[in-house]
Amino acid sequence: MAGHSNYVPQSAAAKWLESRLPVIGLVRGSFVDFPTPKNLNYWWTFGGILFFVLIAQIVTGIVLVMHYTPNTAMAFASVEHIMRDVNFGWLLRYLHANGASMFFIAVFIHMFRGMYYGSYKAPREISWILGVVIFLIMMATAFMGYVLPWGQMSFWGATVITNLFSALPLVGEPIVNWLWGGFAVDNPTLNRFFSLHYLLPFMIFGVVLLHVWAFHTTGNNNPTGINPKTKQDTIPFHPYYTIKDLFAIVVFMILFAYFVFYIPNFLGHADNYIEANPLVTPAHIVPEWYFLPFYAILRAVPDKLGGVILMFGSIAVMFVLPWLDTSKVRSGTYRPLFKQFFWIFAAVCVGLGYLGAMPAEGGYVIAARILTAYYFAHFLIILPLLGFLEKPKELPASISEAVLSGGGKPAGAVAAPDTK
Amino acid sequence: MAQQDTVEPTRRDFLYIATGAMGAVGAAALAWPFIDQMNPDASALSLASIEVDISAIEEGQEIKVMWRGKPVFIRNRSAKEVEEANAVAISDLPDQNARNANLAADAQATDANRGVEGREALIVMVGVCTHLGCIPLGQSGDFGGWFCPCHGSHYDTAGRIRKGPAPENLLIPPFEFTSDNVIQIG
Repeated sequence: MAGHSNYVPQSAAAKWLESRLPVIGLVRGSFVDFPTPKNLNYWWTFGGILFFVLIAQIVTGIVLVMHYTPNTAMAFASVEHIMRDVNFGWLLRYLHANGASMFFIAVFIHMFRGMYYGSYKAPREISWILGVVIFLIMMATAFMGYVLPWGQMSFWGATVITNLFSALPLVGEPIVNWLWGGFAVDNPTLNRFFSLHYLLPFMIFGVVLLHVWAFHTTGNNNPTGINPKTKQDTIPFHPYYTIKDLFAIVVFMILFAYFVFYIPNFLGHADNYIEANPLVTPAHIVPEWYFLPFYAILRAVPDKLGGVILMFGSIAVMFVLPWLDTSKVRSGTYRPLFKQFFWIFAAVCVGLGYLGAMPAEGGYVIAARILTAYYFAHFLIILPLLGFLEKPKELPASISEAVLSGGGKPAGAVAAPDTK
Repeated sequence: MAQQDTVEPTRRDFLYIATGAMGAVGAAALAWPFIDQMNPDASALSLASIEVDISAIEEGQEIKVMWRGKPVFIRNRSAKEVEEANAVAISDLPDQNARNANLAADAQATDANRGVEGREALIVMVGVCTHLGCIPLGQSGDFGGWFCPCHGSHYDTAGRIRKGPAPENLLIPPFEFTSDNVIQIG
């Protein structure tokens, strides 16, 4: 993070502090003077958007806890109390519930951006792996948060997901009872989920700092995928990207506000406004939308353990993505074949999401199996082979050349930037 | 330097290893309370047994009772249901184990091994789908038994898995008759 600032403290107070804790220099080096490729497009603003949403979730979460009661007898009523009695409680809860969805919208775009522009490739493997770690903790946090209102979907979602571990041979049953603290999802389960739901966002925050540290050490990737070569290829983070990110955050907040104020329950389930009942399972158990692709993979496999393994495998495969993609060209812009397979893959992920919401029968199951097979084939067959089969387009000589030739398009016969 | 590699372990080496090993044992011993606190506690275990009066269940009726936070189905099956269950060949069953906690672990999944000894029509099962824990709906599905709406598992009239992702037959909990009409589950 540090090492990019020429900051020299001027005032006596700043000198005093800097010689004891060089925090001003650290911040300036990381977020003010930090040299950033000058061609980052709006897909790169989602990192900043995600940071904003994480903070929003932590702030709304902390105040919701001031009114929520984690006990099976009172949890559901306390959430209704927040909605009806607490001053602006409805706003805080809708911000928090929809904020989770916004978090996932942004993180999915952020991940697909990384995949398209090859941001996972050397030397940024650690940034990518830390990103996958953040994604996993996010999913655990979202799942446990959804249990807290103690509605029917909370209860049965918790039952189904924790039961995934019962698929493990021998240790499955003891592990599930350990997770539950009993023989079914009950008060001990609710209490520990509450505790962990409060803890995990701070762990995300910690891993986010490592994530930023890692790609500030290697430098940002950019739409051309080539490294900055001269000072002309970069601009300082502030004011250029602070303003660009801020603008993107404001635009994103419009979408966020639309959900919160106009369709606050659109992404939820009506069944979750029914208090949890351990004796009645809702007719259709559907996870939150952001889990649907993984849920479709789980259900596509006719074997219980196999389904669980493939579902976790669909995320685990992302950890080794940097070594599965054999192409030496980073950016999809210069990879004509990869570009097509990328969009097919994106469509397959959306398709799996759709199938996850449909009942597990007939043609839906068959379609889910085909798409599941394609999902894994993309990582395990297509990406390794493409590196050998594909003839990439010619790379521009520098970021400046690519910019001056018109956006991120491949450079044709364009004047060198220094000749003007 | 190379000569030092071949030197006999010294007392100091032994002390390092012994100290390190002792520290690891101590850390593991300290970690255990933090892990074990999540296991079912004394209050959860104390609810592990219930008594149920079954005299009022007419033929074709079923009651649900709560045992360990889970529903237990107690069904007095109709003659037709028993007949259907008996007509199935064991080799047709995906799970050929009786899954009856009152019998030997390798008992076959015949209807007699699933039902209650001496009262063939009666069946007592934990009403939790063996796939991912939803509660199956009674008298539905392709085999006239139970059907789990979550992921489409079909059970027959003896609660045996016939079709769908569930790996096992519905579990028969440990139970015994404390009098003619009262069973104690657990």
